[in-house]
Amino acid sequence: MRREGSPFTGTGAVFAKEYADHLGSARMRVIEALVVIVGVVVVWVAMRDLKDKVTQDQFIFLRLFTYAPESNPVNFAGLLTFLIPLVAIGLGFDAINGEFNRRTMSRVLSQPIYRDALLIGKFLAGLATLATGLIALWLLVMGGGLIVLGVPPSGEEVARGLAFLVIATAYGGVWLAIAMLCSIIFRSAATSALTALGIWLFFSFLWPVIAPAIFDGILPLIAPQRVLAGSATADDVAGLLDVQQLIMRFSPTVVFQEAWLGVFSPDQFTEQQIMRIRLDPRLGHRVIPGSPLSFGQSLLMVWPQFTFMVAGAIVIFTLGYVSFQRQEVRA
Amino acid sequence: MSDDLVIEAKGLTRRYGRGPTLAVDHIDLAIKKGEIFGLLGPNGAGKTTTILMVLGLTESTEGTVSVLGHDPLREPLQVKRRVGYLPDSVGFYDNLSARENLIFTARLAGIDKAEAGKRIEESMARVRLTDVLDNRVATYSRGMRQRLGLAEILMKRAEIAILDEPTSGLDPHATFEFLEMIRGLKADGVAVLVSSHALEQVQSVCDRVALFNKGKIALQGTVEELGEQVLGLRHDLLVEADGQDIAARLGKIEGVSAVEPPGSGRGLLVRADRDVTAEVVAAATRDGGRLRQIRAIEPSLQAIYNRYFEGVKDAA
Repeated sequence: MRREGSPFTGTGAVFAKEYADHLGSARMRVIEALVVIVGVVVVWVAMRDLKDKVTQDQFIFLRLFTYAPESNPVNFAGLLTFLIPLVAIGLGFDAINGEFNRRTMSRVLSQPIYRDALLIGKFLAGLATLATGLIALWLLVMGGGLIVLGVPPSGEEVARGLAFLVIATAYGGVWLAIAMLCSIIFRSAATSALTALGIWLFFSFLWPVIAPAIFDGILPLIAPQRVLAGSATADDVAGLLDVQQLIMRFSPTVVFQEAWLGVFSPDQFTEQQIMRIRLDPRLGHRVIPGSPLSFGQSLLMVWPQFTFMVAGAIVIFTLGYVSFQRQEVRA
Repeated sequence: MSDDLVIEAKGLTRRYGRGPTLAVDHIDLAIKKGEIFGLLGPNGAGKTTTILMVLGLTESTEGTVSVLGHDPLREPLQVKRRVGYLPDSVGFYDNLSARENLIFTARLAGIDKAEAGKRIEESMARVRLTDVLDNRVATYSRGMRQRLGLAEILMKRAEIAILDEPTSGLDPHATFEFLEMIRGLKADGVAVLVSSHALEQVQSVCDRVALFNKGKIALQGTVEELGEQVLGLRHDLLVEADGQDIAARLGKIEGVSAVEPPGSGRGLLVRADRDVTAEVVAAATRDGGRLRQIRAIEPSLQAIYNRYFEGVKDAA
């Protein structure tokens, strides 16, 4: 049975209202404060430590995002790995239950729109708010870097920065979808926020510890006999490393870290990446170890991670969509 | 479906979960164009569920409902475009002004911007909220919120207005004002479906009512019809007169079954099973008696309701 009319009727109206609400809300003030503080700190560190290396480093603007002083081993991109989920959860944890608690849900749904419009409009508005903050932060860092370092970024550095913005927004989308799913399942905003934060803690801090343990546990079951006997080929090792990495990649945090490393560090590879490059015919014959990857090659490297995050966001959003469609309207 | 019916439900049923109890149990409703129809009954009797099924916001387990000739589940946009809904204790976005709230609704309803601006001014004037149009809704009292909800329905130019417990929690004055506004909707030719557990309040505005109990419609019709059906044909009078032995004199009139003090106020309640107005006047004014007041007592819904469910309980 086909539904009458378009499911997107009213999406624009919901998007415009929610986006305006987000931008005018106290939460946005907090996000803005974070953006300014993070931006200023990054530029300040760059001024202190990176200024002297301008002439030696081809990717000095990318170092702005990946450089970490020895005293505090958290770089800008690493910081965003934690910050983006927090902001996304902050924007989404009360998206749906908030409408019930304000008793506006039945009134809104009695207008000639489908529930789709409400959910999609809210998701896109959250994503747009997040992207707005990220773009502001990126411009701040690039602008500050321009002043402090005294050289303009190359076209490739700008392109890599833009690619990072897109990837970071997709990562934010995953967490926004998780937060909105919680806001659909739990009627209490506090429960929803706590659950979303719990998921975030689990995947950010616990999963990197649990995943290797799981790998060690299943190793005897999956490893070929010769590996256990102590004579592994390079292919065996690469295959097992892939499995370990696969388990790690259940966490969106890990996937995002891989992605920004790929975009921002064209000349720094992990052991495993070098091995992959050697084994992968698409990359192998074009990459000379030790020399940086071209922008196109970097994109090719992080494409799976990017697709994974987009797909993850869509899957989680769909789960929320299905449970929202079945939800009783009465408050 | 005949032309003047705007809502028609047949055998409408809703079951929650797997239990044997039905929230709404095979009800039939037929609401005509331009009438005020009351869904009355205690909390939890199935009124809100019925309303949600009429709006297509909840699926029915069984039965059919047709709103303005459309099925609310298959053609929800058609139905929702022409029906206005004021939910029980309606909420608005507190951080926005009344005007901004209505602009948002107008956009959802697909009303173009210039037209919406005009309609918002008009409808807010009708519910007498023009002065506070640009105040944040957070500053609104409960009565003002209800009126804002009504303004939303007016702005939509709805052909059917569905009001769920619109007067609950309002003070007597606000209730009176709100009921006046409901009459105003009727004057515009809008069919009004109003639910309430406060029988007396709504009795005065409803053309017809349906009394709900445990998911079923126990009685349906005009208040007079229900009175006749449940209480029998009554011609009770309230008489206030000076003179000796007024009560005894009135009691002797043929057809009068009892003369007793009324529940409240002055005078005498004359219970009769035929129209005895002329005899009462004659009896009261005889021998220098002076008649101060005489009026017929309408059957009250509360009395009908109580009597009916007493009867049902006894039978059970």
